[in-house]
Amino acid sequence: MHQKTLLEQAQALQDGDVSSVELTRSYLERIKAYDGSINSFITVTEEQALAQAEAADGARAAGTAGPLTGVPLAHKDIFCTRGVRTSCGSRMLDNFISPYDATVVQRLEAAGMVMLGKTNMDEFAMGSSNETSYYGPVRNPWDPERVPGGSSGGSAAAVAARLAPAATATDTGGSIRQPATFCGVTGLKPTYGRVSRFGMVAYASSLDQGGMLGVSAEDCAVLLGAMAGFDPRDSTSVDHPVPNYPAEIRKPVDKVRLGLPKEFFDDRLDARIRASVEEAVGAWEGQGAERVEVSLPNLPLATPAYYVIASAECSSNLARYDGVRYGHRCADPQDLEDLFCRSREEGFGAEVRRRIMTGTYALSAGYRDAYYGRAQRVRQLIRRDFQQAFEKVDVIAAPVSPVLPFKLGEKMQDPVAMYRIDGYTIPVNLAGLPGLSLPARPAEGLPTGVQLIGNYFDEARLLGLGAAWQRETDWHRQVPPGYA
Amino acid sequence: MALTADTVRGIAQLARLRPSPSEEARLIQDLGAILEFFAQLSETEVEGIEPMAHPLEVDQRLREDEVTEPDRREDYQSIAPDARDGLYRVPVVLDSD
Repeated sequence: MHQKTLLEQAQALQDGDVSSVELTRSYLERIKAYDGSINSFITVTEEQALAQAEAADGARAAGTAGPLTGVPLAHKDIFCTRGVRTSCGSRMLDNFISPYDATVVQRLEAAGMVMLGKTNMDEFAMGSSNETSYYGPVRNPWDPERVPGGSSGGSAAAVAARLAPAATATDTGGSIRQPATFCGVTGLKPTYGRVSRFGMVAYASSLDQGGMLGVSAEDCAVLLGAMAGFDPRDSTSVDHPVPNYPAEIRKPVDKVRLGLPKEFFDDRLDARIRASVEEAVGAWEGQGAERVEVSLPNLPLATPAYYVIASAECSSNLARYDGVRYGHRCADPQDLEDLFCRSREEGFGAEVRRRIMTGTYALSAGYRDAYYGRAQRVRQLIRRDFQQAFEKVDVIAAPVSPVLPFKLGEKMQDPVAMYRIDGYTIPVNLAGLPGLSLPARPAEGLPTGVQLIGNYFDEARLLGLGAAWQRETDWHRQVPPGYA
Repeated sequence: MALTADTVRGIAQLARLRPSPSEEARLIQDLGAILEFFAQLSETEVEGIEPMAHPLEVDQRLREDEVTEPDRREDYQSIAPDARDGLYRVPVVLDSD
């Protein structure tokens, strides 16, 4: 059953071929058997999962089941789950049992889905390799010597190894799309404001967006339908109608104008990844899409602008961790100042402290305009570049990552080199656009991927293109050797 | 851009962090490299460009001034490192005399 997509599993539940308890138990057994080698889960909620599965089977027997009732999934450990530890990959929140549910968690539970557990991640979602987690690095199921990408590395590795049919994730600068491409799964970062941020531990609030990782674009479409929508509890949530994604994505994709920004295909791009992207674009052309070259001239400024904004917002957001109300507190504080400083120094890992320091500097007296203000203006330029491109094309096609999954430890000593890895995903967050990462032809046994970027709220078109391609190919169906 | 140990200490104080001496040396180096990376931003002309905060130009929404949250003080304080009688406990702030 774990070889099937989430939609196929939902169908099997509907047809009575399997019960939710059987399906849930089989995933819990897979997690026990395999997760020791990839470390994709921080917490497995076995008892709760089986109770939810029993309730789902009961709902089906009573005739009240919906399309997702009884289907298991995992949540990134950044989403608050009532009564379950929500660590955000940090020692700071190692003892944090959330007193409430995130809106995303609430909505998927209301849809009848079963939570298997909470997935590993870079600490506070700050990282591109899942090496900054307090709970140890996640390993890539395609090659345990290599990273799964980050920050949603646990969610991506769990879906790739088929330890969960799908997982929630978040994307501030590429944290859904880059691990998706490193692990060979499908990942969608929706339009900023499409999915509620309520109960999603904040990193950089003007960029953070919740989404999902799954096997297929169709799976992502059905999950998006369940997750998306206005939430009065998130002040940046956008009140925009939620289309019927699974129906929308079946529309034909011919005559789509597909833009290729020349700045994405520079000499930083690994030639093998370029070949995979070209192959995918060729397939869409074969289905009737038109290829158009476009330009995003301010693209080289995206990465520095992003790290100014993200660090500044993180230094402000993470000021709440004071060792007083929840989270880590140091032993024997001398006075209040000592309590704050030592609790924070001990509770946060090196990368989080580095970003807090960077952001504090960038917002300090005399520097705010030079850094944060300027970065916000550059952000505007990048959004304009995209808007000009979208006057000529419907969708932009690009690589996701310039490099193949790299080895653990390879980039941890040089923060700026690690930051540059995100150069193809970051511009999308700055502009607030939706981005879809699709697995493409592997290179030397390692996954590669292609990214589709759409205009605001155009998720259905991206997912439709993805689904059309996945009907012709089976890259998304490939399971790492040893996990079949 | 070269940072001094004093600057790094001042920033750590603002951020309520307390780096060890070896950490401090590392931060001087790393923050210097990061600020140098940020310096690229000053090479472009942004005069007259409106700063962007929300991608869809959404303004801060206001809601009706009504009570929507129930009183869950006990739940919230059950996860505090040290709470008693409905209060969060911290080291003494004022002298007792």
